[in-house]
Amino acid sequence: MLYDIFIDPFVQMVTMPDFFLQVLWEGFVTGILYALIALGFVLIFKASGVFNFAQGIMVVFAGLTLVGLHEHGIPAYLALLLTIVVMGILAYGIERVVMRPLVNQPDIILLMATIGLTYFLVGFGEFVFGGEPKQMIAEQLGLPTGSTAFEMGERGLVILQHIDIAAALIAIIMVTALAIFFNKTRIGRALRAVADDHQAALSVGISLNQIWAIVWFAAGLVALATGIMWGARSDVSFALEIVAFKALPVLILGGFTSIPGAIIGGLIIGFGEKIGEIYWGGLVGGGIESWLAYIIALIFLLFRPQGLFGEKIIERV
Amino acid sequence: MNFKQFALGTAVAVALGSSGFVQQAAAEDSNYIPLLTYRTGPYAGSGIPIANGMSDYFAMLNERDGGIGGVKLNVEECETGYNAQKGVECYEATKGKGALVYNPYSTGITLQLIPKASVDKIPVLSMGYGLSAAADGNVFPWIFNAPDTYWDGASVVIKYIAHQEGGLDKLKGKKIGYLFLDAGYGREPIPLLEDLAKKYGFELLQYPVPGKEMQNQSSQWLNVRRDRPDYMVMWGWGAMNPTAVKEAVKTRFPMDRFIGVWWSAGDDDAAAGGAGAKGYKAMNFSGVGTEYPAIQDIVKYVIDAGKSETDKAMVGSTLYNRGVLNAMMVAEAIRTAQEKTGKKVLTGEDMRIGLESLDLTAERLKEIGLDGFAHPMKITCEDHAGSEPVFIQQWDGAKWNKITDWFEPMTDVVRPLLEAAAKDYAEKNAPWPARTEPCPN
Repeated sequence: MLYDIFIDPFVQMVTMPDFFLQVLWEGFVTGILYALIALGFVLIFKASGVFNFAQGIMVVFAGLTLVGLHEHGIPAYLALLLTIVVMGILAYGIERVVMRPLVNQPDIILLMATIGLTYFLVGFGEFVFGGEPKQMIAEQLGLPTGSTAFEMGERGLVILQHIDIAAALIAIIMVTALAIFFNKTRIGRALRAVADDHQAALSVGISLNQIWAIVWFAAGLVALATGIMWGARSDVSFALEIVAFKALPVLILGGFTSIPGAIIGGLIIGFGEKIGEIYWGGLVGGGIESWLAYIIALIFLLFRPQGLFGEKIIERV
Repeated sequence: MNFKQFALGTAVAVALGSSGFVQQAAAEDSNYIPLLTYRTGPYAGSGIPIANGMSDYFAMLNERDGGIGGVKLNVEECETGYNAQKGVECYEATKGKGALVYNPYSTGITLQLIPKASVDKIPVLSMGYGLSAAADGNVFPWIFNAPDTYWDGASVVIKYIAHQEGGLDKLKGKKIGYLFLDAGYGREPIPLLEDLAKKYGFELLQYPVPGKEMQNQSSQWLNVRRDRPDYMVMWGWGAMNPTAVKEAVKTRFPMDRFIGVWWSAGDDDAAAGGAGAKGYKAMNFSGVGTEYPAIQDIVKYVIDAGKSETDKAMVGSTLYNRGVLNAMMVAEAIRTAQEKTGKKVLTGEDMRIGLESLDLTAERLKEIGLDGFAHPMKITCEDHAGSEPVFIQQWDGAKWNKITDWFEPMTDVVRPLLEAAAKDYAEKNAPWPARTEPCPN
């Protein structure tokens, strides 16, 4: 037993390096996708201090809108553009109908509102698009398909899916763009002010409504990118909403307010759960990755309760 | 708008969006059939075609024949979302309306309803799913799982693999991977597979897929790649199926060695893998296509008449036709019960008699316009499964094709194990009621 826990996994990593590389690659891609989902949560949290329970269903909603529009004969790129418009309208609607009436309410009220929003979007999405899963229009959007295999040694093989490479690149571009937008622009600074204190931000002339609409729109764009990438890996269905909650341990780990935290947290969870499942999962019958991510996050929390990059808030009495 | 208004609006929207259909209320001059369906949630991809197939067949009987035996069928759907708790709620909400039979379409819901069925005297037809041991009618007089149990299916798939390899003796030393939804459904055939592994000397490698990870199976398939099984067998459902097929393609697993249970045989499941999915196989016990007169009648009386919301392209697909088969079995059991009892409007107790006397011969299948659609099947007091033969179909990149003749399950191996499992269930759930219901045969 001790051999199986402490020796055998490392022997496997050394004797099958191609397979180990494949595990690392899968961990990297999964981690990047988790980071993308987590990013949506971080944006809303930064702006309103609330955990957006609806982020998962926004991923599904954005994906379904894109595919649904294309199914109605709209060309892929136009459908993509229209989906962005839809996410913009949704963001405006959420700000106008949900957020604005709740300014300065306790965070728990805002959380409850996002839970309500989740159920509304589930019902509305099923009403408009039906419950059937749909295939993502990855090819029509010009996303690459197929794979490239690299031989290693006599029997070794590392397979890289082109869609996974594209997912990683798109995630990196989105994260960089958002980081620049929120750190180097006036809106970004205004957003941080809003996150710190709604009333104080209002008192210095920052439009809370405008900031919230922008942030929800940005979260919608992230949701769209996530929906396209996860949808291309499986399909676009309401089951994706569950996958989106894999971002929770990422947020615990990276901190709820940090964009770099979402990225690093996503990668740690991605690598951790793949390596854990492949090399140690078999010892307990497999299927451990659904909870292993939380164990990893909790271990980190023991040492950094605010998460890796979270803001350490010290309240003095 | 204040929060209260918002919450109310949300509740209304959810109710509108996810409640499914609520059709006519139960009437005394009709036979009431509640359908526990799921058109929403992660399993809707599998649930919708089945629900459509069942509803459309019953609607066709109402439109074409005025029901069964001159009595209309009153069909009411209740949305379960494939959730056992919601399934039980649906059961409790509808049982008082004169329910004839329940088709839970979930092993989890079936397991919850098993103890209730004998108390409420309403049979449960878990067609090709549910608790395999329920095939023993002496222990479970109210539960039916014809035409096959999961254990029958597991034995067929092993028999088919042996056939590919040149005989059961050739299985020794082989590795067979089992990818399954980590729920009651997916775990159900494991005892039999383990038993067969011991008996025939193959290694059984298990790859559980947690429900929350259905669309995130890369770890399972990395393990498959490392373990290099000779064959993969899948017990998947909902979004798990298309994801598994895609991952198999991605991993470059030979698709003609990847075999799904009959619930992993959907058209969308295989199509998700694109051209690479060509060769994927699945078991089946219901016909595919629209060339059957009864299916044509569905198109004529229901679809073209605008009395269904089914997309015409769905008619004839594997899971739609599976729903038709299920509805046909219920309809034939009603007809049989009417003959046996002399009553037109039935109760659950009458329906049990109809199910236990169900004898679908080839002639009868032809008569109802489903010649060759299913293997003839017979349910008896002792055998509620029938353990009928199944066939293997293969995906050619665009559609399923039947590639084998009917394969008999290993009943000689399976039946004693089923009876032992039934006895074990009764002991573990003591005091389990002894059968007092007379045998109608």
